[in-house]
Amino acid sequence: MSCEKMETRILAYVDGRLKEGERAEMENHLEGCAACRVRVNEFRAVDDLLDELPMIEPSGAFNARVHALVAAEPEKRKGWLAWFTPSPRVAFAASLLLLATVWLGSLSQRPQPVIAEQDLPVVENADYDVISSFAPLSDLSQVPDDDANDNDASQPQQPQQM
Amino acid sequence: MTRSDVQLMLDVKAGDQQSFELLLQRYRTPLVNFLYRMVRNREQAEDLAQEVFLRVYRAREDYEPSAKFTTWLFRIATNLALNSLRDHRYQKLETSMDAPIVADAEDGDERMMEVADEHPDIEQHLVEEARKKMIRHAIEKLPEKQRAAVLLHKYQELDYAEISKILQCSESALKSLLFRAYETLRVELAPLVARMAK
Repeated sequence: MSCEKMETRILAYVDGRLKEGERAEMENHLEGCAACRVRVNEFRAVDDLLDELPMIEPSGAFNARVHALVAAEPEKRKGWLAWFTPSPRVAFAASLLLLATVWLGSLSQRPQPVIAEQDLPVVENADYDVISSFAPLSDLSQVPDDDANDNDASQPQQPQQM
Repeated sequence: MTRSDVQLMLDVKAGDQQSFELLLQRYRTPLVNFLYRMVRNREQAEDLAQEVFLRVYRAREDYEPSAKFTTWLFRIATNLALNSLRDHRYQKLETSMDAPIVADAEDGDERMMEVADEHPDIEQHLVEEARKKMIRHAIEKLPEKQRAAVLLHKYQELDYAEISKILQCSESALKSLLFRAYETLRVELAPLVARMAK
């Protein structure tokens, strides 16, 4: 048995919790290992020192306080009666569900406003002066005829007749 | 004939309040001591122990004797203690280093009356008190999980399988945890250990 393996058993040896075979193996090792013998004696001393701590007694009111806590516990209902036991979680979930249903219902029943044609707002763009941006009639000839070009471009070109 | 813990708990499950009372009597002192040594505050330890009993009572209808009753009981207690220590960590940091000594002094006063009759030599009494204080502080300095392992192993005398279930670790991890804890205690208590180990 190695000193390392001894470490996992030393406490059980000190407590007397080792099995017979393990104890014999431990004692064999201790006979030949002075360092482990010292360690065992020191662990035994620690164990004895821990025995010196006195026990405390619970205060006189201890039992009464436990009784009061137990008495304050709600009685658990058994069988089908348990279905009627109010549960805060269930009540909260039910309230949320109810609120959501009412809200969704109010959305679907709300009358949609009828928009008359004359009510449609006229969009005015103050920054865009329509009148002044018109090219004067006199300049019409200089204005490239985009439409014409576009039309020309869109037409398949006819072979020119010479 | 003494009924087993499991039998008492099954009786509580069946609606027998008297069985709950018997469990309370059986485990109130071990629980309060375990929690006191975990959190180092008597009032807090009692509050936590009461919470443990309340949780046991609340769980009575779902109780199944799949594990030992003590494993279940101390698992609840350990989890509550570890959570409480985490919650109070910042408070602890703000407390002066002398705070535990004040708590110890309270205990010392309680015991002073008992010891005064037994030990008329006040110097001897002071030496004993200093020794106990040193042991308490050494336990207190252990990391929380190591502390729980030592307390369950040493004072509740639970076996390795039970403690490993309570602390949710393997048995080999528990043995390693305990070894490290005892190594730390051996170093912390070196002056006392040296005298005893000779």
